[in-house]
Amino acid sequence: MYNAKAVIFGILIFVGLCASPFWASFIGRDYKSTDIVLPKNEKNCIEDADFMRSQHMRLLNEWRDEALRNENRVYTALDGKKWVISLQNTCLKCHNSYEDFCQKCHVANSVYPYCWTCHIIPKGGK
Amino acid sequence: MFPSLLLVLLIGVAAWAGTVAGGAVLFGVVLPYAAFAVFFAGMVWRMFYWAKSPVPFCIPTTGGQERSLPFIKQNAVDCPSSTGGVVVRMMLEVLLFRSLFRNTQAEVCSSRAGGVRSTYYSSKWLWVFALVFHYCFLLIFIRHFRFFVEPVPACVTFAESLDGIMQIGAPRLFLTGGCILVALCFLLGRRLFNERLRYISLFNDYFPLWLLIGIVGTGICLRYFDKCEIALVKIFVMGLTQFSPAPAAGINTLFFVHITLVSTLLLYFPFSKLTHMVGVFFSPTRNMPNNSRMARHINPWNPPKQYFTYAEYEDTYRDAMAEAGLPLDKQPDKAAE
Repeated sequence: MYNAKAVIFGILIFVGLCASPFWASFIGRDYKSTDIVLPKNEKNCIEDADFMRSQHMRLLNEWRDEALRNENRVYTALDGKKWVISLQNTCLKCHNSYEDFCQKCHVANSVYPYCWTCHIIPKGGK
Repeated sequence: MFPSLLLVLLIGVAAWAGTVAGGAVLFGVVLPYAAFAVFFAGMVWRMFYWAKSPVPFCIPTTGGQERSLPFIKQNAVDCPSSTGGVVVRMMLEVLLFRSLFRNTQAEVCSSRAGGVRSTYYSSKWLWVFALVFHYCFLLIFIRHFRFFVEPVPACVTFAESLDGIMQIGAPRLFLTGGCILVALCFLLGRRLFNERLRYISLFNDYFPLWLLIGIVGTGICLRYFDKCEIALVKIFVMGLTQFSPAPAAGINTLFFVHITLVSTLLLYFPFSKLTHMVGVFFSPTRNMPNNSRMARHINPWNPPKQYFTYAEYEDTYRDAMAEAGLPLDKQPDKAAE
């Protein structure tokens, strides 16, 4: 082998970089569940749980546009139930704690929407 | 072009159908591990193979004045004469693609005097889009570490905030996703619409492009359109990276298509032109200093030389030479002592 020192140094760097997803995941904590705390007094959200999990950001975006730009404060869910379009009064009525709900997924997955530049962060019973 | 597109589509459809049929473990766990092992072993094998190959001549490519007399200014970057210069040139090549910056386009056009003539002009688009593609890819790779590490490192969050700096929509639009798609379309379009390039383009030119378009396409789809619950994805992916696979229930099928296409890329990588990732460091035209007038480059496969020095010659034939009256370094009576 020629230039053995440089080549082995290079191979070590390559191995370190390519294996980074593996060793990086061992540096931090485990992430086995979201530990989300669901509201106790309400069983059903605006839409079903699968829809809310994957589409809530789209729903919230539409709600903002409807409420603030089209002055429409009524949302008809897929099951026909009517809801008042309001983050503060509809969503946060049940999901009343940022720390127990939003943060559980959002911080772990590094998703930082700009909800709280206008709205007040819900602090639960405190 | 069409066979490669068809193959990528086929892989995608197979992954989709297989996952729907209950093969999530096969496409989400077994295949990524196998692909990573092949990628890893393949690339290391490649590097050892290249490192073992002898370089018979000193053949650096040069693009400027070589080191000469003291009053002639050397172009230290384009014609390095020392290891340090080679390192600088290599870094600039890897980070800025300087050799691609010199890309020229040849065209035949009619001359004013009548008849045709060929013209060469600087063509920077390939350089621009190659640079855009590679840096977007790097940023996308870094961004994906939010699925590998808990808690997410600040540098990853910073990369994301830069990427989504326009704050368009929810989830926020990542600029790299769009830019890499545009760059890939340019790299593909270049091969399709330039007839000379199209003539020399082969399956292994189109396949990586379609594969990358597939990967980027499914990734964009998962983020903006078909949606995937990323908390579950993170649990699943961290199960993979910590070697204790988590159940795949509840994850969108498209996610497994994305994973399968990435695995295909990893499988394909060591056996394709994509090895230029490490190959650039092993290119004799780029990793040798242009010092052929200062240091002699010995061809490593030269057979060992049989030397017969004059002293040995005289030792062998001293008596005969003395008899013939030839001048000697040592006379026979002195040599015997």
